[in-house]
Amino acid sequence: MTRIVRYIFIDILRTRFTMLYTLFLLVSTFALFHLDSDPGKVVLSLLNVVLMVVPLVSIVFTTIHFFNSYEFIELMLAQPVARRVVFLGEYMAVAFSLCSAFLVGAGVPLLMFGGGPGAWTLLFSGLMLTLVFVSLAFLSSVLTRDKAKAIGIALLFWFYFSLIYDGLLLWIIYSFADYPLEKVTLALIAFNPVDLARIVMLLQLDISALMGYTGAFYKNFFGSNSGILFSAGILVIWVLTPLWIALRVFTRKDL
Amino acid sequence: MTRPARLAGVVVIALWCAQTEAATLRVGKEEAIQSIRKAIDIAQPGDTILITGGVYREGNLRIEKPLVLLGINDPILDGERKYELLTIASSDVTVAGIVFRNTGRASMHDLAAVKLLNVSRVTVRDNRFEDVFFGIYLSGSSHSHICNNTLQATPGNEQDTGNGIHAWKSHNITIDSNVVRGHRDGIYFEFVTSSRIRYNTSEGNIRYGLHFMFSHDNEYRHNMFVRNGAGVAVMYTRGVHMINNTFGDNWGSAAYGLLLKDIRDSEVVGNKFVRNSAGIFMEGSSRITFRENSFTSNGYAIRLQASCDNNTFERNNFSSNTFDIVTNGSLVLNTIRNNYWDRYEGYDLDRDNTGDVPYRPVSMYSMIVERMPVAVLLWRSFLVFLLDRAERAMPAMTPVNLEDNAPSMKPHDLG
Repeated sequence: MTRIVRYIFIDILRTRFTMLYTLFLLVSTFALFHLDSDPGKVVLSLLNVVLMVVPLVSIVFTTIHFFNSYEFIELMLAQPVARRVVFLGEYMAVAFSLCSAFLVGAGVPLLMFGGGPGAWTLLFSGLMLTLVFVSLAFLSSVLTRDKAKAIGIALLFWFYFSLIYDGLLLWIIYSFADYPLEKVTLALIAFNPVDLARIVMLLQLDISALMGYTGAFYKNFFGSNSGILFSAGILVIWVLTPLWIALRVFTRKDL
Repeated sequence: MTRPARLAGVVVIALWCAQTEAATLRVGKEEAIQSIRKAIDIAQPGDTILITGGVYREGNLRIEKPLVLLGINDPILDGERKYELLTIASSDVTVAGIVFRNTGRASMHDLAAVKLLNVSRVTVRDNRFEDVFFGIYLSGSSHSHICNNTLQATPGNEQDTGNGIHAWKSHNITIDSNVVRGHRDGIYFEFVTSSRIRYNTSEGNIRYGLHFMFSHDNEYRHNMFVRNGAGVAVMYTRGVHMINNTFGDNWGSAAYGLLLKDIRDSEVVGNKFVRNSAGIFMEGSSRITFRENSFTSNGYAIRLQASCDNNTFERNNFSSNTFDIVTNGSLVLNTIRNNYWDRYEGYDLDRDNTGDVPYRPVSMYSMIVERMPVAVLLWRSFLVFLLDRAERAMPAMTPVNLEDNAPSMKPHDLG
């Protein structure tokens, strides 16, 4: 398995896409730090990158990569190698390359300039979101044989989690404004990894505005150890569930 | 002797007599007088009592003649958690350099370390107050100075913690350079007029750093109000002058940098509001000028209720606030002009340092949050960003007239 991971990893490096991605993150983070002297504000701007760009790049790149290496996968499966091993090998190689790209691109400048405690949460959220969206990309890739369709599904995932879901949430809040919604929204947020990552960041950045009754409720929840475990746990579930479904589909699929 | 010379002689002798009349009594364990109570009893009006170092447990002491009480080497007056310590019922008294400790606590009486009862020209300076119920309590007093005192209490709950400096029905009071920590309200005024409050620090009190009602024409300068339970709350007053104060780190679901309720004809100038849940919350207030204040890193810089009218906001700096201004209605009766807003995205073609397009400080999403607090969850999401953009292009929800017509392009230099 490690050999497969290594081959795929080298293959990914050869496409230079991860290099460009790293460079993009590096340049934008450095630029933000130079434009703004307040590290808190830089973390805020980076939050938008983490919530929008990282999921988009992860999901699209992974889908394209999967279909580009379709022949390689078929070749591997002609060998006496379990489907599970090939599939997880693909996942690990892609996830590893994208995570390291993010860590180098955003992490190095953040640690160099020092973004405060928000920086660590930001890096953690970015890594988790990368893993989640790589999982989702694998899911969308195994659902169809058509590359264009798969990219379409992948983009739909991204669109759903970063925009449509929030719209639905706002609609629910609007419709049920007369009811106590704190716990309900808390549950609903767990169904969207992007929202979850955003709220964990929000509690670090905009604490004062959030300190109304609602804010206090969330602060108590996410600020406590069990809350941190909860959000991390939910994100892990978000990584594992699509991956597991994708693996099931892949192992039973007629390639 | 010529007559002028004789007159001079008489004056000199008279002065000498006056001086000898003001005798000095020393109190201490190794002195002739060992108890302060005895010294106060035998002292003549105008005498000075020097209290040397040591712990004095003498219950409540009442001063009914003009005296000067000076502590040497930090003498400690201990109330054994039972008594009020010093009751001043005479004008022209000075109390300095004494440590007051452990007064009693009561729910019927406001037991204080130093209480001024209907007196004038009293000075309380350079004292320390440790774990007292009320610190310095002025009742019906005037022309008095409270300066350089340090008050530190261990806060319990609101019921059994007293105010640091408490004044009721007084006028012409000067409160200067005191430090109050851990009390209920740091400084509390009710019916106090024409007074000056300067260079004080009110920090970590469990309710308000400063709290006043019906206290007209007072001046607050260079004070620090930080980390108090609910910030600073002032109510039902006219003629308030708040200048160069700092309001900071007042965090909590009901905490404000400065809460103004029914305040009229006042000015708030040159203050700093940093990291408060709400920098200023105002309600039912009119004719207040807010000039040259800086609002930094607050949740809401200003929560302006629609019940406020004829207020002016000019030359303030707004930066890094989550929301700049929030209001709860569409009627706008206030003037906002020439402020610096870090979110302003307009341009300045004629280069006169004011932007050519107006800035609307009320964001649409803040209106939604005002109506549905739970919606704060979606803050900083892509959806909200799009909504705010759309609203800015075509205002539908936000009050159209609440705008700064001449926003400054650069932060004002407020020193």
